[in-house]
Amino acid sequence: MSGTRGIPMALLCAALALPRTAHSLLRTTQDTTAGKQVYGKWCAGCHGDNGAGDGEAARYMLPHPRDFTGAVYQIRSTASGELPTDADLLRAIDQGLPGTAMPGWKTRLSDRDRHNVLAYLKTFSTFFADTTIKPKPLQFGRAPGGGSGADALRVGRQFYDSIGCRKCHGDQGRGDGPSAPTLKDDAGRPIFAADLTQNWRFNGGGTVEDIYHRLRTGLDGTPMPSFSDLLDQKFLTDEQLWRVAQYVRSLSPGEPPAVRDVIHAPQATGPLPRSPGDSAWSRIDSYWFPLVGQVVKKTRWFDPAVSGVRVQAVHTRDSLALRVVWDDRSQSPDSAWLAHIGRVLAALASDDSAAAPAQPGLWPDQLAVQFPLTIPQGMERPYFLMGNATAPVYQWRWSSQGGAVAGLARGLERFDPLAGGGTVGAQAVYDHGEWRVALARALATADTANELQVRSGRAIPVAFFAWDGSNGEHGTRMAISTWYFLALDEPTPARVFISPVIAMALTLALGMLVVWRAQRPKEA
Amino acid sequence: MNRRLLSVIGGAVLLAVVGASAARQTAQAVQAGGTVTGKVKFTGTAPRNPAIDMSEEAACKAKYKTTPTEENVVAGPANALANVFVYVSAGVPATQKFTAPTTPVILDQDGCRYHPHVFGVMVGQPLEIKNSDPLLHNIKALAKKNRGFNVSQPNAGMTKNVTFTAPEVMVNLECNVHGWMHAYLGVRPDPFYAVTGPDGSFSIKGLPPGTYTIEAWHEKFGTQTATVTIAGTESKTANFTFAAH
Repeated sequence: MSGTRGIPMALLCAALALPRTAHSLLRTTQDTTAGKQVYGKWCAGCHGDNGAGDGEAARYMLPHPRDFTGAVYQIRSTASGELPTDADLLRAIDQGLPGTAMPGWKTRLSDRDRHNVLAYLKTFSTFFADTTIKPKPLQFGRAPGGGSGADALRVGRQFYDSIGCRKCHGDQGRGDGPSAPTLKDDAGRPIFAADLTQNWRFNGGGTVEDIYHRLRTGLDGTPMPSFSDLLDQKFLTDEQLWRVAQYVRSLSPGEPPAVRDVIHAPQATGPLPRSPGDSAWSRIDSYWFPLVGQVVKKTRWFDPAVSGVRVQAVHTRDSLALRVVWDDRSQSPDSAWLAHIGRVLAALASDDSAAAPAQPGLWPDQLAVQFPLTIPQGMERPYFLMGNATAPVYQWRWSSQGGAVAGLARGLERFDPLAGGGTVGAQAVYDHGEWRVALARALATADTANELQVRSGRAIPVAFFAWDGSNGEHGTRMAISTWYFLALDEPTPARVFISPVIAMALTLALGMLVVWRAQRPKEA
Repeated sequence: MNRRLLSVIGGAVLLAVVGASAARQTAQAVQAGGTVTGKVKFTGTAPRNPAIDMSEEAACKAKYKTTPTEENVVAGPANALANVFVYVSAGVPATQKFTAPTTPVILDQDGCRYHPHVFGVMVGQPLEIKNSDPLLHNIKALAKKNRGFNVSQPNAGMTKNVTFTAPEVMVNLECNVHGWMHAYLGVRPDPFYAVTGPDGSFSIKGLPPGTYTIEAWHEKFGTQTATVTIAGTESKTANFTFAAH
């Protein structure tokens, strides 16, 4: 916790230091002309020449870039409906908005450039011209101690339920609440309730303090309201609201997941777990792989709903099992999400003018696990994006509507299932915004020409693809990963332990022999 | 004890007298001018208001005997159109200033619906938003000329007072927890506005002599305008007919 405690301190210092710096800079060197140049070079591509959030790239983004003309900002220290402070705007410029396309600019632009562009973007809205409006930051106290203790989390959970967080964010916080499919931003575009188990993607930061601030200020322009009135009208104490923030923080891991390239599959001590709920999985290491939108080939996809998969693998002497787990706000197909799909497809421009505009449909959730047809000898692997006509890849494809089949993909558009669906078995469970799919297959199969023959002790390339049907994803509209590796660990052979002992004994004997020979009295 | 009681009663009487005379003055000031009355109706068939599925909110669902519907088009007898915001959009001199009433307009969230559905408020006049439901509502105001906001009321009995600084027709109010909840608020610099009742009628009183543009706004059917000239304390008629698509 000491690391996270340092962040609010730093933020406090920044909050104290920045307004003064910004203010004096703006007073003395406020240069909207220079700011306009910076804006034109770095910002206008997304936010548009007139700041209306309608730049060239905007139509390929969800959420859309900020429209500066209304001066409505998500990340503020001020009450809902008030303008942000300069420090609030600088924070967004400096740190970006995690989980969106907005990067941080602190290391990319000079102090002067960032202050100038801040001055310039305020000129887009008449609200900033009215100097009688003085945005005042809310007074935030400090987080009460013991926030990660069981009692504190119980209190936090109690109020998470009673003040209605679950309506949008869901029972387990994965953004799958009953109101989630209906959510729109101020412009009527679709918007997801935040997945509270992925705090590294929170727009305003993932610390307890960040979460508490968002509860107090709301995220203007989005459906997330301010909960400050609960305190002002004494329906909740400040400590209780902090407990909610601490509970929300507890839903995410201590640190964002790190990407490790090689999935190690240990040899199972018991039978192979074939069900996603098997307790054996809890003893097996989990690997996280980020997914991104498929933007390589038409029709591209700019709004992937699945941000990553967690993968576990285990094997026996003759079989392999994988469990793939990912967050998905909907068990597709689900007609409750049909209007959301329509909004997604309407908000995103298609990059494929030849294709007919996509009509909303009820698509399933899908997962593809991809391997090469044979374990490569060197570093050469098939094309990561589902191979091509001459070099196909071997895939397991699972669908929420029809279980799993094995087959060969020859590029994005062509998948040929093996006769009888191959030999892969799948069991899946959907639980409060999470899919858990267990896939299993024999290491060696009869169809050696069309199925990968799995061997232990080798680095086997593997890649993952996911579709959220209720986000309009189907066909080439999907989330993709690059190649990673799967390695089936071999049980350590006995000779690994015995050989050194024999070697040591032999060395000892040899040494003793040498010493004995050297010490033997020489006979004349 | 008695003395305190007396002083309370005395204070109340005093307040009532002062209040009543103030109200009379306002009423006189308003009634001094001309009046525009009219009826709003529509031609064609009104679209059906979608039924609201309140199964997620038992406390709201329990408040209805039959399945509640949205209020997109509220029609009365003979195609009368309710919930039309009628106001003077042009003709009142910009120099003429009107004092906003201090009594708040009340917007109630009851049974997971807004009451009223369409209403007006003057610039600077308090709007009190209250929650009569024992569950979470958020109230989001979508505005262009005013500052929008988004606040939550997770408990019954919560209230929120807000004021608006600039005329705007309309400010949209919505609840994101319950996607069917919409209300429409006309913010005006003067008291010359009204909302049609179930019989489609409206009445705007106290207009000084002059020529005015009267606009009628409906959430589904759009806007229509009419021009009236008022001389003295006469009453003029402005009827509007919308076409249901």
